[in-house]
Amino acid sequence: MSLFDINEICRLYSKYEDCIDSEEFDNWVHLFTDDANYKVIPRENYEKELPLATLDLSSKGMMLDRIHGVRETIYHDPYYQRHVTSLPVIRQEDDSSVFCEANYAVFRTKLSEPSTVFNVGRYFDHIVKEGGALKFKSRTCVYDSEMIPNAIIYPI
Amino acid sequence: MNLKNSDISSIIDWKPDEMGRIPLSAYVDEDIYKLELERIFYKKHWGYLGLDAEIPNVGDFKRTVIGERSVIVVRNKEGGVSAFENLCAHRRVQFCRERDGNRQEFVCPYHQWMYDLEGNLRGLPYRRGLRVDGELRGGMPADFNMSENGLTKLKVESRNGVIFGSFDHDIESFEDYLGEMMLGYFDRIFNGRKLTILGYNRQRIPGNWKLMMENIKDPYHAGLLHTWFVTFGLWRADSPMSLKMDPYKRHAVMAGTRSTANVEASLVSGVQSFKEDMVLKDPSQIDIVPEDWWNGPTATMMTLFPALIIQQQVNSLSTRHIQPRGPNSFDFVWTHFGFEDDDKEMTARRLKQANLFGPSGYVSADDGEVLEFSQMGFHTNPSSTSMAKMGGNDTQDGDCIATETLIRGMYKYWREVMEV
Repeated sequence: MSLFDINEICRLYSKYEDCIDSEEFDNWVHLFTDDANYKVIPRENYEKELPLATLDLSSKGMMLDRIHGVRETIYHDPYYQRHVTSLPVIRQEDDSSVFCEANYAVFRTKLSEPSTVFNVGRYFDHIVKEGGALKFKSRTCVYDSEMIPNAIIYPI
Repeated sequence: MNLKNSDISSIIDWKPDEMGRIPLSAYVDEDIYKLELERIFYKKHWGYLGLDAEIPNVGDFKRTVIGERSVIVVRNKEGGVSAFENLCAHRRVQFCRERDGNRQEFVCPYHQWMYDLEGNLRGLPYRRGLRVDGELRGGMPADFNMSENGLTKLKVESRNGVIFGSFDHDIESFEDYLGEMMLGYFDRIFNGRKLTILGYNRQRIPGNWKLMMENIKDPYHAGLLHTWFVTFGLWRADSPMSLKMDPYKRHAVMAGTRSTANVEASLVSGVQSFKEDMVLKDPSQIDIVPEDWWNGPTATMMTLFPALIIQQQVNSLSTRHIQPRGPNSFDFVWTHFGFEDDDKEMTARRLKQANLFGPSGYVSADDGEVLEFSQMGFHTNPSSTSMAKMGGNDTQDGDCIATETLIRGMYKYWREVMEV
């Protein structure tokens, strides 16, 4: 008997995709707990247990600063993102938290260009119940993609 | 490749005294690029191979490139470093497919030719032929010399934990190559302390490889494009600045000191990236702690021609390796590191400040973006020129951000090597 409803986890996942793909980054931050952290890390570093991440937001403040950066300070080519996330596999759970994983693919479309596979990897999530809703206590995006096509601006 | 000087002149029309304009064919032309590989990447220049800390034990190896050639760097049986081309002597197979690992020998999968950790050929199946019905059939010719058929070896020099290699065995020493001034800045970071590898970032930038060198020889953009640099005083018009080159002007260092006082309004008036009211929600990202070894500058950005950048920006340290892939693209490999005696807090600080750099970094993501836009602009106007006139037409050392002297210096040298 599972303690967490997999539908509820999927609902959190789909909200996550929706917020990022529609560039509603304030709502994206709300999907995380106040003590959350968010990382985008190459598989190479993850497997070698090297601590460097491509994007390493170890506090909610840093997540908010990143959003400000995305909107105001980092000059970049405009692009659309489209996320596709697999169903989660639950690794471990108790009354209040669940560790789960899912595959993801992010497609990028630049103006006047065909859509391309931008970043592919696996989410490693720690999800908790907070005020009746599920939130990410941590999300680590471990990407297989060996070469970042120039830059990653938006969250993955 | 047999491109003659007269042929180069037909591709590049560059007047001898015109230093402040760069013909765009230098960035897009295939023949020029091939000549660059020959004359710059495979001859007379040292290329970055890696850090000692990446291959500490006998048999540890990593795969990297010089120019477009795949190279294996390995800790040999004597504890030194060997490097050879990843190209079997037999059928020229790029036999090593792993990124790194540990091996006591290298075996090509195609016909099992075996090489030792120095790249010498140690064995090959049926060398003396097959005994069939009591007689030897086939096999290599009797005069086949194993010692003459090893892998293509590189000349290797390490300095204080950083490994360089060259296909050119007649090359000058690494110390002479860098020159006294550059060596001073090099040794300031790499003074023999053991390094700790923090991790890698890899990005592919659709631009000519030289654009990345130019970017790190260009103090002018850094105080304009990068909000974080300007707003937090890490690199802006009022930062004390020293721009120096080696005697050949192929290498350079930009040494800057962070401005902590309020900036004089006139220096940032009209600078769109200066956001006076910007306050970080998490100020720990710029929790900068001066380190004893800095001895002055808070940032030193070194460009070691042709393809290595060594970054110290406050507490964040990295090597950035440019790996060209034709004239229009290069891979950019970042190795972030710290020192063995860093405490936990310093390691955490280096990692946090790494958010400024790399393919997502606050001050590096947009560098990659503008380089891509540059290459786009070059393609549609190959007979045009780009301009680098800020600070004059000469190649003297500089002392402020409003100069492009280091870019002109690099092209002065490039033209000598390329005979343009």
